[in-house]
Amino acid sequence: MLSRVAERMYWFGRYIERAENTARLIRVNTSLVMDLPDAKHIWAGTIDITGNLAEFEKRFSRVDERNVVKFLLEDESGSIRSSIKLARENARTTREIMPTEVWESVNELHFFIRDNIDKGLKREGRHTFLSEIIALCNQLTGMLAGSMSDDTAYQFLKLGRHLERADMTTRIVDVGCMNLVTLAEQQNEYDSILWMNVLRSLTAYQMYRQHVQDRVNGEDVVDFLLRNRQFPRAVSHCLEQVQKACNGLPRNEAPIRAIASVQRLMDSSDVIDLLNSARLHDFIDTLQLDLATIHQELGYCWFGHEAADRLTADGVIDAA
Amino acid sequence: MDLTKYPTKADFYDELLTPQNRARQGLQPLASFLKKQTLKQMRERQHNAELAIQTMGITFTVYSEGENIDRQWPFDIIPRIIKQKEWQRIEEGLKQRLTALNLFITDIYNDEKIIRDKRVPRDLLKSSKDYRKECEGVKPLYNSWAHICGTDLVRGGDGEMYVLEDNLRVPSGVSYMLENRKISKQVLPELFERYNIQPMDDYPTQLFDTLSSISPRPADYPEVVVLTPGIYNSAYFEHSFLAQRMGAELVEGSDLVVGDDDCVYMKTVEGLSRVDVIYRRIDDTFLDPEVFNKNSVLGVPGLMRAWRKGNVALANAPGAGVADDKLVYTYVPEMIRYYLGEEPILPNVPSYICSEPTERQHVLQNIENLVVKPANESGGYGMYIGPRETKKRTAEMKRLIKANPRNYIAQPILNLSTVPTLCDSAIEPRHVDLRPFILQGNKSYVTAGGLTRVALVKGSLVVNSSQGGGSKDTWIVAENEPGGSR
Repeated sequence: MLSRVAERMYWFGRYIERAENTARLIRVNTSLVMDLPDAKHIWAGTIDITGNLAEFEKRFSRVDERNVVKFLLEDESGSIRSSIKLARENARTTREIMPTEVWESVNELHFFIRDNIDKGLKREGRHTFLSEIIALCNQLTGMLAGSMSDDTAYQFLKLGRHLERADMTTRIVDVGCMNLVTLAEQQNEYDSILWMNVLRSLTAYQMYRQHVQDRVNGEDVVDFLLRNRQFPRAVSHCLEQVQKACNGLPRNEAPIRAIASVQRLMDSSDVIDLLNSARLHDFIDTLQLDLATIHQELGYCWFGHEAADRLTADGVIDAA
Repeated sequence: MDLTKYPTKADFYDELLTPQNRARQGLQPLASFLKKQTLKQMRERQHNAELAIQTMGITFTVYSEGENIDRQWPFDIIPRIIKQKEWQRIEEGLKQRLTALNLFITDIYNDEKIIRDKRVPRDLLKSSKDYRKECEGVKPLYNSWAHICGTDLVRGGDGEMYVLEDNLRVPSGVSYMLENRKISKQVLPELFERYNIQPMDDYPTQLFDTLSSISPRPADYPEVVVLTPGIYNSAYFEHSFLAQRMGAELVEGSDLVVGDDDCVYMKTVEGLSRVDVIYRRIDDTFLDPEVFNKNSVLGVPGLMRAWRKGNVALANAPGAGVADDKLVYTYVPEMIRYYLGEEPILPNVPSYICSEPTERQHVLQNIENLVVKPANESGGYGMYIGPRETKKRTAEMKRLIKANPRNYIAQPILNLSTVPTLCDSAIEPRHVDLRPFILQGNKSYVTAGGLTRVALVKGSLVVNSSQGGGSKDTWIVAENEPGGSR
């Protein structure tokens, strides 16, 4: 399989997942705003979490709900609309690899967003709009699972999907951390509401309940979302899926090593202690950098990134 | 539908009906089929064809208002029929022509015999913008430079087929030819029972065999790839179609590298993998930024080096375009006589060479009745059609010819033949041309028919799909009785 085609499958997986999780991110914050007192802080934190603060500040002077939502829905970089647009471009150039219905579905999603984006800007239509996007993304994921061969191309798609999902879950957990800090001075009555919202945004509430009998509390939620091996959106589970996809690919030593190193970090960290000593946010930062390292290793190993760099550097390529 | 009012004209040849509105000999089944159909039935068949085109995703890309738009492929359901006996002669003529053209290209990049024997003027070639110094001294396998050629044929008012031009660079359209057949099988199945129509589906196989035959490593399964400029190219549909049908990788320039050993490799997830034959669908000047256009991101640095060393085959070979220059075209009958010692089977359209003083004089005096073509353009761009132009454009054209006579040839206006076409309220004649595809590697092959392009606008002679043209399926039919054995 051509490296370029593999890379496009990988990004297709990532962008669909990014669109879905950005919708989840907006949904959790919209819901939190209604429950918690300090709304302005919530929206400022949201932009911070996406890592796009600089881009945001180029376009908007004021951090408020309308601007943040507008940015996450339709900005040129990192928004739901741009993610779907890029997913569509990647699908367009790999049409012979995926079932036709997948291409048609991506198209449908693209046009749905184009025609309905105004509904997402206002609070009254937002929930329905975001739920529809999440549903259409799920439909795509399900369609792929049901109609695409578990071949090399699909491994790359799964790599993209699970790496992106792991990354986005860390960001949504970070929403919890961040709001917790400001709440500390106030009563802890909001604690459970906060984590409930975080769980709901990841469609994790029932599964969490199955797993944890105690009332919803930060310690258990954080541990569940980061370290659970069975829940599909938990970081450890995603890492395991990334590793499984790599196992099916040739010359996989370097990426497997990078994944194992993050898994070791996860296994050896006491996230409850980190949460209670207010160091979880820093830990999540480290985790995100480690996920970026895995991404980089995939590029070197299969997408010819390193080879391309070396080629521009001295005009020759290692023919190994 | 009523064909008695079909407006045939004495000086235009209609492919189906005689000037007396009778079906030409052997073509009665189509004519009587059309007579039995109502307009509503025909429109329904046409609608079904358009639905099929949409579902199959047959598109072409036009660049307009700063945006690339994928348009539905325009198709008219009434086929154009050519009898096998006539086709056999055309087929021989096309093979003869391409053989001579390939010998010519080898000659001018090597011994220059035809120039030394003064059959073709030297400055004709060296002034062609498609002459490539980098090709001098190269002798590709089987002396084949243009492995894939699309030759445009037109039928004049006299009923004779003329060669309008040869496309030796990156001719396109063959995928549409194949898809058109698929659609007409769906919407006109009855007619397939009444005619003995030559199949054409073997083209991708023949193309793969031709490409395999020029592989520098004679292996059972040479690695053949199709090199595309990418998704935004107007012919991307075709690139991906042919790659898929041949079972070859569809690659972009950035997928390929030339190694220290001057061999070409593609980047795969398994590592680098050697490539033997590149069916390239990008122009010469974008092939290799080390040699040609330095800013090209479509090409592969070092590709020309690899090709000159014989480590990779390029189809078509770089420099082949020198022979589809419109001015070189005027010498093709001469080439056939010179290299093959034969008389040309297919005639050229009579042409005036603007760089010859007396002919130029004639062109300038009669320009309003002539078609003037730039020597190095294709796709109908920059063409001047005398009777249709404004005074301003005529003056401009004269100035251009005087300033750069080498760049232009002129031809009389051709009475392009017509084929019945389904229009809004009736079946009307519309002008057509024909592009068959010829392959040449270790052997020659001609498609059974070709892509018939039709000018859908009444009276128009412009058949290019980018400029309002459509297409038709082309049937080569054997003349045994209907129901006969196949």
